[in-house]
Order: sequence, then structure tokens, then C-alpha cells
Amino acid sequence: MSPSVLRASILAGVACLVTASCEHPPIDVVQHGYRGVAMGLVYNPRTLAAEQAANVVPEATPQADSDGPPATSVYKNIQVLTDLNVAQFTRIMLAMTAWVAPADQSCAYCHNGADMSSDDNYRKVVARTMLRMVRAINGDWKTHVAQTGVTCYTCHRGKGVPSYVWYHDPGPQSMYPLAGWKAGQNAPAPGVGLASLPNDPFSEYLDDKATNIRVIATTALPEKKGAYTKQAEETYGLMMHMSTALGVNCTYCHNSRSFTSWDSSTPQRATAWYGIRMVRDVNVHYLETLTATFPANRKGTLGDVAKVNCETCHQGVYKPLFGTSMLKDYPELTGSLHPAMATEPAPAAGK
Amino acid sequence: MAEYQNIFSRVQVRSPAYAGTPLPAGVWKRSGKGFFAYLLGWVGDAQVGPIYLGTLGVASLLCGFLAFEIVGLNMLASVNWSPIQFVRQLPWLALEPPAPSNGLHFPPLNQGGWWLMAGFFMTTSVILWWARMYRRARALGMGTHVAWAFAAAIWLMLVLGFIRPVLMGTFGEAVPFGIFPHLDWVASFSIRYGNLFYCPFHMLSIAFLYGSTLLFAMHAGTILACSRYGVDRELDQITDRGTGAERAALFWRWTMGFNATVESIHRWAWWFAVLCPLVGGIGILLTGTVVDNWYLWAVKHGVAPSYPQVFPTVIDPATLPGAPK
Repeated sequence: MSPSVLRASILAGVACLVTASCEHPPIDVVQHGYRGVAMGLVYNPRTLAAEQAANVVPEATPQADSDGPPATSVYKNIQVLTDLNVAQFTRIMLAMTAWVAPADQSCAYCHNGADMSSDDNYRKVVARTMLRMVRAINGDWKTHVAQTGVTCYTCHRGKGVPSYVWYHDPGPQSMYPLAGWKAGQNAPAPGVGLASLPNDPFSEYLDDKATNIRVIATTALPEKKGAYTKQAEETYGLMMHMSTALGVNCTYCHNSRSFTSWDSSTPQRATAWYGIRMVRDVNVHYLETLTATFPANRKGTLGDVAKVNCETCHQGVYKPLFGTSMLKDYPELTGSLHPAMATEPAPAAGK
Repeated sequence: MAEYQNIFSRVQVRSPAYAGTPLPAGVWKRSGKGFFAYLLGWVGDAQVGPIYLGTLGVASLLCGFLAFEIVGLNMLASVNWSPIQFVRQLPWLALEPPAPSNGLHFPPLNQGGWWLMAGFFMTTSVILWWARMYRRARALGMGTHVAWAFAAAIWLMLVLGFIRPVLMGTFGEAVPFGIFPHLDWVASFSIRYGNLFYCPFHMLSIAFLYGSTLLFAMHAGTILACSRYGVDRELDQITDRGTGAERAALFWRWTMGFNATVESIHRWAWWFAVLCPLVGGIGILLTGTVVDNWYLWAVKHGVAPSYPQVFPTVIDPATLPGAPK
């Protein structure tokens, strides 16, 4: 091989290695702040096309007649949808079947065919809690979901278990007691965008621990003991998750010259702040109350139930389903319209 | 006519291998007799060796080997001794410092103890290598400029891995040994302390880094451009400027009105290179110990400009009454 061919091959090889993980141009950049401060939103038009195709809302079924006998007078064991009439109740049951149950199982996915009111099937008990959750989100968490709201479909997308859930994950462990400690990080973890950051930001921040996410000093000089750099890595991991889950870069919410300053942040950051609190509420007050209900095969390796994070609804898009509201077509799932909800053991808006 | 001594030189000069000046009396001799490598002759001198190991060199290599093995074997153990996973995940793997809560105590072996040992042996190795450079330079009757330039890099390394963590009261503030992990650490460090770009010593360090590359390009370009007039024999040209040096000087006076001398350009380059890690280390040393948020520091001192608001006022929701936790 002549020296020039050798040199050309080495260069070509290096070029392949360097560019293998890159997305080829053109990439769209949308300005998202004052000019010149580099707050651009970066979009790849090719992945965007695939995302749009994957986030089409199913056609709504015709509205139910608002007149008619209450569902509770016809069906037994109704605990959440007590304020619906028979037509509304039937409509939402059919919608849930389409949104959640596999096509070949239909109603039997959750119900005992011989006695529809029976709670034999654990899925029916889960679904009841999920209905409470959906109404609470739509009623109490307008700070995050606004009038767009959520339905079962926002997460489920036709699947019994939503595609993006999380379990407690101590990460890959060394089996050897004397060496190989990973400190809960340093594996290409999907939850943190394949970075070597701490593997499981969810247990720390999106669960009952509700660890403080803010690590950046609020004063120029050290006036009180601040966070360790290691804690900043954990926060960074959560932010990588949010970025991946929403398909946005840091500048969607932050001006990166000062991540912590609210006066240079975008309004989206406040929405995300409420989103984090909403996710904590959902995990602690709804999903984890089902720990005894779920069978072992639906639980994680540490015996915990599937929990939600930003990706569960967002699925790679800045607003779930690109901001299309399904709730307006399904008022049965609106929490605020139902004063009966007030008598439910309402979860505190806390963590 | 054949050209000699440009990068990828087409002509290689061969003479009997030169062993070097006689060594003073001592225990160590030079190892090997020296040989020629054609491929190395492409980019440098084709003669390889003889090498002088010496006490310091052997001790340094031994310590360096220990540090390398401690890091490498811990990485291998972290993927359960799978060579395939070791290769696949290598950029992600690391030997981590102890948890911050461990403070300055000697941590359990597998929770930072190995990291402390690797750091100790690496530091010892580097300092021994520094002493070896110093003594070899002295043995040749040279100045010790290379050793002091190396010391600037050692300073930055020690600030990051030892001095600052000790001042902060925990080894958990130090850098992990790993490819991506140390980069993630750097990004997190900058974020935690409010953006290192607003640290004036970081600014200076960047200026010296970029300045170094600029000087390198200017100097190397000048010398290569005049090598046809023999200007690459720089030491001769310092004391006895030939037509090459005159042309080089004239070129810069014509283009920017001023020229360094053949000697002073090397002082420029040396100081720019040395000041890069020197001031960088000062910046790291002040971070967390003296300044907690560089952005706010820069705002306070009029360094960071403010920009017009383009969004409706965003209020920290945590400060609103009745905010969820």
C-alpha cells in the first residue's frame, strides 16, 4: 500500500468514527430567546416527520347523550365515574378498551365476562385508580396540562402498559466485592440519554424522596454549604432525561449562561417545574398505592410498580401528541366538572 | 533536488547511531545501542534510542504502571471481567472517587479506596518523571525549561485532584478516572458553580490556550516557509542571522509592523503554554473555596451583560404561595 493510499484510508476511517453518531445536515434551528444569545431550538426535520406520524390522535367517537339514567342506577360497583349517565359511561368504557386493551381481548382484558362488576381482575382495580389519576391531573394539575389535559391514550397509545415507564434501577453492578464500584453511574444508561451520568435519576427526584433538584449556588460568594459536584451530576442526569423525553435541547427552558436564573428562563421552565411535581404526585399517590395489586410479573427487579416520568406522556415530543387535546372530546375524564371528585381522598398537591 | 526534514520528509539521513555525550559516573548506563525506524523517520528523527532509564525513570514507570493497572482492572471488574464489555463500554467506564460524605477519611477499598491509591501512584509517577526531566536536562548542561513547563501541567492536575478537594473537605469533589465520566464531571462542575466561562482565570486560560495555537501556527509557518533558506537551523540563526531569519523578520514587519526574534518567539510560546494550565489551576482553586457562583460574581462586577426580556416574566414557582414541594 502506498503511503498516500494509507494516509487516505486512515483519514477516511477516522472520519467515519467521528461522524458515525452524528445526524447529517440540514438541521432546523428556531430562535427562542433574544437575538445573539444562542437560545436556538434544534430540530431534525427527518426525525420530526417520523414523530408526527407516530403522534396522530385517534378519531373521537360521537358524543354521548347528556340525558339518561345515571350509570350507578344500572351498573354495580362504580366508584369513580359516579357522575356519568349510562351513555357517557358506556362511551368511556369503549374508548378505554380501544386505547388500552389488546384488540383480541377487548373488555375481557380488565373485566370478568360473567360478572362485569367483579374486581377479580387486577387490571380493573388498576384502571379504577388510573381514572382517579386522570381526573386529578385534569382537575388539579392545570399548571402543567393546562386545558389540553390528558386521557388514557396520552400514555397508553393502544398498549396495556405504556411504552415508557421506569422502575428502581441500581444500575449494572460488579459481582466482585473488592473492585469495580460504579457509584451508580458510568454505564450507557438510556434514562440519562446514554451518558455516563448517574443511571437512575428517577428514584431520586420523581419519587417519594423528592430530592432537591437545585444545586447551583444562589450567591456569588460561598455563604452557606452548597451542593457537591456529584449532586450536580445527578441533576444533570434528570435534565438529560427531560431533554430526551421532550425532544428538546436545554435552551427550551433555560438560558444556558445561567441555568438557575428564573429571570432569564423561558415560560416553559415553569411548566416543567409543575410537571416534575405532577409526576411525583402521580407516582406516590396513585401508582405506588397499587403495589399490592400488581402481580409480580408487572413489577421491577426490586418489586416496585411501573412508574411514570416525563417520557411516559411526552414520548419524545415537546407537548404530548403535539399539543392536540383529546380531553375536549372526552369530557367524561374532566376532573374539574365533577364536584363529586371533591369527596374523593384528594391527593395533596404536595410531592 | 530532494527536500530534507519537512513533515513526511522524503529523504532520510543515515549515519551510525549516535549514543550521546558521555554520562557522568553512576549506577545507570544507557540501555540499547539505538536503531533506525523508517516510519518514525517520516515525522522525526529516524534514530530510536539508546534510552536512559535511571532510578527516577524506573520508579516513575513502576508507579505509573500501578496507577494504570488499578484504574484498568477496576474498570474491567466493573463489567464483571468481560473483555468484550470492557472494549464496548470503555468510554463510559471509570474509577470513581469516594462519595462526598466520606470527607477526607480513607474510604473503603471498593468505594473510593482504589481511586485514592490510583491518584497517589499517578501523582508520584508524574512527580518522579518531573524530577527525571529536571535531572536529565541538568546532566546535558541544558536549562530546565521543559521541566518547569511540565510543572505547570502538574499544578493543574494536583489542584483538580487533590488541593481543591482537600480545601473543600472531601475527596468526593475530585475528578473520576474515566473518559466520558471526567467530561461529565467537568460539565457538572461548571454548572454547579454557575458557569465557569464567567471565571476570569478561565477566560485567561482560554486566551493562553488559543494564543498558544496561534503562536504555534505563526512560528511553525514562518520556519517552514523559510526552511529553504536554512532558517530551520534556529539555534544558529539566533546568534548569526542568515538570509532566512532576515526574510522571516521582514515578512512579519511588512505584515504587522513588528517581529519577534528567533529567540524571543520561543519565550512567547513557552509562557503562553505554561500560563494556560497555571491560570486555569488558579481558577479551579478559587471555585467553591472563594467564589460559589461565577455568573453571579460576573453580574456583581459588571462582567456579564444583561439582555432585553423577550418572554413574559417568569417567576420561580417555588416562591409562590401554596406551591407544591
